[in-house]
Amino acid sequence: MSEPASKIENQKGIKVIKDMGLDQGVARLTPEKIEKVVNEVLENETGARLKAYVDSCVHCGLCSDACHYYVSRQDPIFTPAAKVKQTLWEILDKKGKVSPEFIRRAAEVAYTECNLCRRCAMYCPFGIDVAYMMLTMRRICHKLGVTPQYIQDTAHSHSATMNQMWVKEDEWVDTLFWQEEEAQEEIPNLRIPVEKEGADIMYSVIGPEPKFRAQLIYQAAVILNAAGADWTMPATPGWDNSDMAMYTGDNEMMARLKKEHFETATRLKVKRIVMGECGHAFRSVYDMGNRALGWKMPPVPVVHALEYYYELFRAGRIKVAKKFEKPVTLHDPCNVIRGRGLHEMTRYVVNKTCENFIEMTPNREHNYCCCAGGGVINCGPPFRDKRVVSNSVKADQISATTKKGVEVVIAPCHNCHGGLEDIIHHFHLGVELKFLGDIIYEVMEKPE
Amino acid sequence: MHTLHNLVSGPLVWLAFIIFIGGSIYKLVTMAKEAKKKDPLVYEYWDGNYAFRSILHWLTPFGSVNWRKNPVLTTVTFAFHISLILVPIFLLAHVLLWKESFDISWWYLPEAAADWMTLIVIFACIFFAGRRMIRKDVKYLTSSSDYWILAMVAAPFITGYWAHHYWPMYRIMYILHILSGEIMLAAIPFTRLSHMLYFVFTRGYIGSEFGAVRHARDW
Repeated sequence: MSEPASKIENQKGIKVIKDMGLDQGVARLTPEKIEKVVNEVLENETGARLKAYVDSCVHCGLCSDACHYYVSRQDPIFTPAAKVKQTLWEILDKKGKVSPEFIRRAAEVAYTECNLCRRCAMYCPFGIDVAYMMLTMRRICHKLGVTPQYIQDTAHSHSATMNQMWVKEDEWVDTLFWQEEEAQEEIPNLRIPVEKEGADIMYSVIGPEPKFRAQLIYQAAVILNAAGADWTMPATPGWDNSDMAMYTGDNEMMARLKKEHFETATRLKVKRIVMGECGHAFRSVYDMGNRALGWKMPPVPVVHALEYYYELFRAGRIKVAKKFEKPVTLHDPCNVIRGRGLHEMTRYVVNKTCENFIEMTPNREHNYCCCAGGGVINCGPPFRDKRVVSNSVKADQISATTKKGVEVVIAPCHNCHGGLEDIIHHFHLGVELKFLGDIIYEVMEKPE
Repeated sequence: MHTLHNLVSGPLVWLAFIIFIGGSIYKLVTMAKEAKKKDPLVYEYWDGNYAFRSILHWLTPFGSVNWRKNPVLTTVTFAFHISLILVPIFLLAHVLLWKESFDISWWYLPEAAADWMTLIVIFACIFFAGRRMIRKDVKYLTSSSDYWILAMVAAPFITGYWAHHYWPMYRIMYILHILSGEIMLAAIPFTRLSHMLYFVFTRGYIGSEFGAVRHARDW
């Protein structure tokens, strides 16, 4: 897929990347509108937490080295605290009296220079949650109508179709049948059970799976069948667990999406939702979307693929025919590691399926972000170059493992996959990239 | 001079303590109330054990990954904060004042230790200021208020050390010592020095989220 090179022009010393959504959105702003919207959000949607964060930050810079943007670029505008300085500090200081140009830069910072990976919360002595502040900035931008075009398109798709990729209802069901047929060539009695009421598990995926990576549905079906799981997939909207509205700042839409998802699971009377290898979707279902609906924890138990694989291997429900031979390393995705602590379970599965596992450093909760998550990759081609060059530290991290012989990077998250693909290509790292499901599918004993 | 001395060591002391204690209570109570109204999730997700686990790791020198990654800063910042809190409370001269005024007393620091700890505070402030000027990431974040805060913290220690050693103009320094100490105390609830009040809550909250919801470490 060829993508146009980023158009970058210099404005007041900071490179501004052209984006139709941001540029046209800003053109419609007036200082009065900005002030009104900013104060509405600050007054109605934020409170003590934001104040405590702003008052506690002593500007010490201890968060700097937490951020892959800063570590890669060594430009002080990219430290986590600097991102708050370029957004909310100024806004709070001026009580919303900021210019449209200021909002233009603040939007670019919040949407394209922070992946909301929350690594910096682990490096700040006060535990200041910069991701929360960037989301607050995005919320303001959403209400101002200043959002990057590409990610806004996915949010529109969510609103119109309840999935991220404009997949129509019949296309969705067709895709399931198509993947079932494909899989039946390998395993003749394999089924993808659709709309099976009372199944144990509803398996849910993100919009891009039927759109671009349909073979993942095939693979998941093979794994679930081999494990003898009682599972189903819905034929109705609500099948998509992804959520770009969460990242554009459209909290109302985030809540609607999660409501649809949970209600679909409830309608099918399943015991729990098992989701594919996606990080942001897990964050949406387990952490943010449920809260937007007023659920402290998800109303239907949610199990991420990594935890489910662990469960299957632990119980001996999947047998390994022959372990994966090429040396592998593992990229820990933020939303399921810092977001759910699945790192040891993942390692258990990697060790069960691979001959030779070499850790990248840092790892587990301290792993560097892929620089694609948080909706950044969804902001599309205009910002691609920036996110790739802003993560040279990831390239260094992978490259250190290749020196130890690593040939395959396992990235069990869709956004991480997209981000790492670009990094591996740009920095000529010469490694393969796989989901953990790819490996399991490859090495498992398959029923005849 | 005498009147000035009486003013700073009498009514202003009371005023400073009233502003510090009253202001701190006011700030914490209004924050707690506002959080209850607008950020109820802070209460919902607060978990005493995980909050304590996180706070403990960060209050232990070299107890977090980031403390270990910055050994010089960690050493300086712990030495600074420990001295900053202990010296005013356990300095013999201060203990004697409490004894004289309210007939209560407690353990005090050996004179030499207090001297060294005072110097630690002063040099740590110089170190922090230097860091703000030299490190480009910190420089970018720094505004003039950051230097004012450092000056405000260093002032009572510089003047106190000066007066204690009877250097020239020690009488004026003595008055300035009391005055600057009062200013610092009164400023705690209303400036970024309030990180002293909020630390337990911001750290505890993220510790609760990481521990109880995300099952991950945050240090």
